[in-house]
Amino acid sequence: MIQLSSEPIDPGHLLNGFCAGRATTGAVVSFTGLVRDEGGQAQALELEAYEGFTEMAIIGMAVAAKARFDLIDLMIVHRIGRVEVGQPIVFVATAAAHRRAALEACDHVMDYLKSRAPLWKKSFGPDGARWIEPTAADLADAKRWDQETNP
Amino acid sequence: MAKLLLFGRLAEVAGWREREVVLPASLLMLRSQLTLEDPALGEALAGAGVLAAVDQVLTRGDAPLLGVVEVAFLPPLSGG
Repeated sequence: MIQLSSEPIDPGHLLNGFCAGRATTGAVVSFTGLVRDEGGQAQALELEAYEGFTEMAIIGMAVAAKARFDLIDLMIVHRIGRVEVGQPIVFVATAAAHRRAALEACDHVMDYLKSRAPLWKKSFGPDGARWIEPTAADLADAKRWDQETNP
Repeated sequence: MAKLLLFGRLAEVAGWREREVVLPASLLMLRSQLTLEDPALGEALAGAGVLAAVDQVLTRGDAPLLGVVEVAFLPPLSGG
């Protein structure tokens, strides 16, 4: 399931739902990203998506990741709209027969989301608002997966 | 009529994010028209990493707009 949500994310609830009713899955890995305060410089983030286009881009990546890591299932829930410090901004869960694939796939999906997903993010702080672009570290993280031939 | 969409800081520069427009024949002509109307937006559109999506497909360079129903200009992606 791929979802852009303008409502708060409940990671525990999503994870329980994702784990339920599985027989062939041996490993579920989840990642929850929270909005950080950046040493007092950020109070909230606001995320903007291009309806339809953003979902299609994420789904395209998810289909490729599912095949690449031989996943049984994959869930991505990303917040859009305003998200306050301390609140979940993204939830990713991967299910595979064995742990290595589930761990690596989760890492891979997050690297994609942080650097290549069509989302626009604005940070609100005490000094006003500014648009955020991927950091050099985010881009380098994403590039790791282009170079590795064997996941 | 077609839909013209701006995202992120492009919408902020222009002061609007969605508009019904009659599209010109090509993407480059659309950029020129927008630049003529609003030089600040034109400058932002010419910035590094700004992408165009024609009917939700990323398009580099020029493209014909005949029959197109939606054009979007996307600033550099922020990631999630």
